Amino acid sequence: MKFSDEFEARFAEMLPHYPMKRSALVPTLLYAQDEVGFISDEVIAELAGRLDLTELEVRNVISYYSMLTTKPRGKFNVQVCTNISCLVRGGEEILRHCAKKLGVGNKGTTPDGLFTLEEVECIGACSWAPAAQINYDFHENLTTEKVDEVIEHYRSKSTR
Amino acid sequence: MASLVSHPDEVKVVSRRFGMGATEIARYLELDGYKAVRKALGMEPDAIINEVKNSGLRGRGGAGFSTGMKWSFVPKQSAKPKYVLCNGDESEPGTCKDRLIFEHDPHAVIEGVMIGGLAVGAKSGYIYIRGEYRYLSIIMQKAIRDAYAKGFLGKNIFGSGRDFDIYWHGGAGAYEVGEESALMESLEGKRGIPRIRPPFPAVVGLWGGPTVINNAETLANVPHIILGGADWYAKLGTPKNGGTRLFCLSGNIAKPGVYELPMGYNLKKMIYEVGGGIPNGRKLKAVVPGGSSCPALTADEIDVAMDFDSVAKVGSMLGSGGVVVVDDAQCIVKFALRTMKFYKHESCGWCIPCREGTDWLEKTLTRFHRGGGMMKDIDNMQYLSENMLGRTFCPLGDAAAMPTIAFVKKFRKEFEDHLDGKPCPYEKEGAVEELPVFAH
Repeated sequence: MKFSDEFEARFAEMLPHYPMKRSALVPTLLYAQDEVGFISDEVIAELAGRLDLTELEVRNVISYYSMLTTKPRGKFNVQVCTNISCLVRGGEEILRHCAKKLGVGNKGTTPDGLFTLEEVECIGACSWAPAAQINYDFHENLTTEKVDEVIEHYRSKSTR
Repeated sequence: MASLVSHPDEVKVVSRRFGMGATEIARYLELDGYKAVRKALGMEPDAIINEVKNSGLRGRGGAGFSTGMKWSFVPKQSAKPKYVLCNGDESEPGTCKDRLIFEHDPHAVIEGVMIGGLAVGAKSGYIYIRGEYRYLSIIMQKAIRDAYAKGFLGKNIFGSGRDFDIYWHGGAGAYEVGEESALMESLEGKRGIPRIRPPFPAVVGLWGGPTVINNAETLANVPHIILGGADWYAKLGTPKNGGTRLFCLSGNIAKPGVYELPMGYNLKKMIYEVGGGIPNGRKLKAVVPGGSSCPALTADEIDVAMDFDSVAKVGSMLGSGGVVVVDDAQCIVKFALRTMKFYKHESCGWCIPCREGTDWLEKTLTRFHRGGGMMKDIDNMQYLSENMLGRTFCPLGDAAAMPTIAFVKKFRKEFEDHLDGKPCPYEKEGAVEELPVFAH
């Protein structure tokens, strides 16, 4: 399968950093997922081949890490933290608000394929709670109004 | 980008370059950058180790083990290559300090890894950053590239005739990987399942080679110790607890943020003076003093010096520096449930007491919070937790059990208030059902 030149450059740079090829697996899976949107059967076969692993070994690793997914999801993954620091500052209210606004439940994707909602564990934004990550971008000190703005911002970004 | 705060009581050591543009190598050099590693290149390895030992620096990841001691366990001779591994998998709920170090002072971490390498005789180091911190891994990768371009890394560093390489590595979402042996498994491209010890990583670590594993904040302290001296550093804190600490104030507090305070700073003062107290006219109910795995302290227990030994004396832990403040509008049963839900999610399932214990406890707490609790559940939760302690490969089982025991013991009345089908007293309409999961 074909990855972007950027992916290939990164992969080529990373591989000699380790005495064993498979060490590159976890970050490579995440980069592959960023390109394809999820980790497809094709990606698994390709990376298993490149790193001298069986497909089962690759799947075994994928299932351990919470950021990795083998199912397609929306263009923007709205990850709301409800862990303790966020909980006591209204993280659950933010999650419920997102669910209502997007019309989906936890791990659900909007019919237009734009947004997936996910309740996540601590993202390291405790002092700026409640917080969420949309893909890799942090959104902190959230209120329901701010959530509306942020989601609209991503929506307009996708139509532009 | 996370915002910065400040308070007059702060003693800035690790955070002294925060907000000063030190991600740029030229600016870092203006701010005493790479002076410590140059100095360390002229020191004997044992002299470096002794300096760090005498500074009283203890692991900032949570365990609080003497860093110099840890380094001294690495054998001098080794047939296999030795490694330094920086643990930047910061995931303990309540903790957001390494994030600021990577964001504002990545070269300090690089320098710390290099000095650790010189001390133990390693020629390469890895900086592992959690997958969620993508923007920080970009900052770190640039910092490493810039250090190579200047000749600070690679062959013949600083013209010393010695070689040292540093590589960045990224995770993909796993709390347990913050545990040292699971971290090595993850770096080796596997599931983050802990290894049994002994052998300890200092003897058999990454790819079988002796490996020193330190938290990012620990390593970022090292250059300052080498430059300022062990005595200066040790005196900033309390006996056997050298230096300062990045405390992450979060929860129901007026001025949340990451503050660098001397070791041994009083917790009550930290909450009421540095953090501005409890907002909205509320009262303090509980404080989690060092991240979610640390037993909560009640409002009467907070007159304590925040160093490893003093917090241990009051039955909790200084942990990772995450101070989570909980006011009297919060339900402790719910707080305990959310904590357990986290540990259940993060348990790798390798050992039965942790896999089953977190699952049973989460189910019991869920039922309890919804009003379906029975009196015997309260004792059962304590019994279950106590039977997890010390019975697992890695401390995740303990991390789940310890706070639960404290919640049950210290806030028993709140548990009793949920009995007999009563709705949660803190949520008028009863406990809110969780969102349905439509797909995995």
